[in-house]
Amino acid sequence: MFNNMLGKAASVAFLTLATIFPAAAQDDAVARGDTPDSQKGYDISARSDRSDNGFSDSRVDARMVLKNRAGQETVREFSFATLEKENEGVGDKSLVVFGSPRDVEGTALLSHANILDPDDQWLYLPALKRVKRISSANKSGSFVGSEFAFEDFTITELNKFTYKYIGEEDLDGMMTDVIERFPRYENSGYTKQKSWIDQEIYQTRKVEFYDRKDALLKTLILSDYREYDGVWRAHSLKMVNAQNGKETELVYGDFEFKTGLGANDFEQGVLRRLR
Amino acid sequence: MNRALSSAVLALSVSALSTHAAAGEWDLGAEVAGELRYFPNDPLFPGQFEHFQPSFTVQPDIRWESGDRAHQVVIIPFVRVDGQDDERTHFDMREAYYRYNADSWSLTVGAAKVFWGRTESRHLVDIINQTDAVEDIDEEDKLGQPMVNLTLLNDWGTVDLFVMSGFRTRTFPGVDGRPRFELPVDNDEVIFERDWRRGAVDVAARYSHYIGNWDFGVSIFHGTSREPRFAIDLANTRISPVYDKITQGGIDLQYTKDAWLWKLEAIVREGHGDTFAAAVGGFEYTVYQIFGSSADLGLLAEYQYDGRDEGLVLEPFGPTLAAPVTFGDNDVFAGARLALNDLQDTAILAGATVDTNDAFMGVFVEAERRFGQNWTAELEARLFLNADPGNAAFPLRDDDFITARLTRYF
Repeated sequence: MFNNMLGKAASVAFLTLATIFPAAAQDDAVARGDTPDSQKGYDISARSDRSDNGFSDSRVDARMVLKNRAGQETVREFSFATLEKENEGVGDKSLVVFGSPRDVEGTALLSHANILDPDDQWLYLPALKRVKRISSANKSGSFVGSEFAFEDFTITELNKFTYKYIGEEDLDGMMTDVIERFPRYENSGYTKQKSWIDQEIYQTRKVEFYDRKDALLKTLILSDYREYDGVWRAHSLKMVNAQNGKETELVYGDFEFKTGLGANDFEQGVLRRLR
Repeated sequence: MNRALSSAVLALSVSALSTHAAAGEWDLGAEVAGELRYFPNDPLFPGQFEHFQPSFTVQPDIRWESGDRAHQVVIIPFVRVDGQDDERTHFDMREAYYRYNADSWSLTVGAAKVFWGRTESRHLVDIINQTDAVEDIDEEDKLGQPMVNLTLLNDWGTVDLFVMSGFRTRTFPGVDGRPRFELPVDNDEVIFERDWRRGAVDVAARYSHYIGNWDFGVSIFHGTSREPRFAIDLANTRISPVYDKITQGGIDLQYTKDAWLWKLEAIVREGHGDTFAAAVGGFEYTVYQIFGSSADLGLLAEYQYDGRDEGLVLEPFGPTLAAPVTFGDNDVFAGARLALNDLQDTAILAGATVDTNDAFMGVFVEAERRFGQNWTAELEARLFLNADPGNAAFPLRDDDFITARLTRYF
């Protein structure tokens, strides 16, 4: 029979934070497309992605504030560790450990991201000391009840999309390139995403998500960008759902880079020593 | 443990470790739970309590980790105070260990918990820790096991080596308790096959790895069986647990593809009557965002086989079951889990295990929900249906029960 933690696990089981940070560009003919607009959209997205090369590994604590339509708030806390991919044929590796609520404290998710194949993911349930390989097919599901879907954490993975350049636009006094992108992977909840990338430091500032009926579903605002040795990180990601009025803000603390993490820190055997 | 006591423990530990503590980090917490069990049927056996069983548990959680994460100290005591069954009132060191973490290996010394396995309805391969049998009948609660455990992390897989002593006996519900067998188990009259009894040394090893969509483990255990046989002492109308020396080899396997998880565990055990094999295998399939909602529905099915001897053998200490009792000899499990994926992590799990020999059915339903940031509430029901006289579960036929539990996290 089952332990209760298994039920809890279901709600946190399928997050896909492996590629929460932009990964290095991979030259992919399909992603580049074959029209001038798609080539330009790809190039601008690739330049944004490549601004992140060489971050090596990072650690950061994060806080997620979930707000319902009545304005009631719930808080979730996590810590993330990320290892930049070894080469362009694979994705980043990441480890997410839950800090709160306390009943799920210590629950951890290890992800090995892939480009178009589903990611490899293991869940660690500290009360049972159980390591469980889980399915990562749930792309469009909600991450811990928030307005973020699992696939929203991979939005900057270049070759997961095809692109179309729309034009330039002034976004709150900042010149941006506007690009539409179309998911290439299976099980996406979106027909397209529209993104605004600034022309100065090439970072994504805003994303609109369109549902399967092509109606606006959510808007993501990325702000509080800070530079770490040439690598930029947004410290506030605010997602507002246009259809149900709920919102979720993900706030990062200070990032630490090149912390000495290695491949062994992202193997399933390491999960048991986390807690 | 109350707060004053835990602060005292903390103060002592802080002074002991103060030279390192400057660079390290403390994490203190606790779970306190109140529980009420209700048995709607009258008890079958003399001495058993009637209907209500209130209890509470306290589980402090004390951790320290050095700044470089190389040194870890974990102390998790547990206590339950039960209003009906003295045997269920108990204390255990769930975890109390020191661990050193190097880049490619870890060494754990102390009482710890280890889980091996893949399947849901039965944990055949899992053998390191003794079951805390008075907590629940689902064998999910474990006692801390004293051990030295060396873990080697390699890019070709993880190797775990264990040397253990300080054997923990399984505690069964007392004369007052429900559910229990017709004759109560005498937790003080324990029979050991091995010299040194609780001091005998157990050894174990496991190798685990993954290749593509396959995750697998291979394990071996040699030592005192965590599962006891039962010696039936008719003169004193009681059952004595018998702990034999066994050797058990196990494999566990999972294939993960899209929304499907295929799972298998199998063991071969020598030392409980004739050498026998047992296996459990099946699948878990998840329907995501069912009916356009944010809820996920998981469907589970597993088959359980166990080839162990049945019946009695005559030992020097009297008539004794040839092998430990098992319910899962030829059974089919089916279940479903609904996770609402809401802010409260509301989830409901229901399942039934049916014995294909005589249609005995063990049914359970578990529901849980968080309230605020620090409270959870759980409701559980367990039913024993169609228990015929020939089935090991026959004595439990009137012990259906409902449990309500409220837990506060600190």
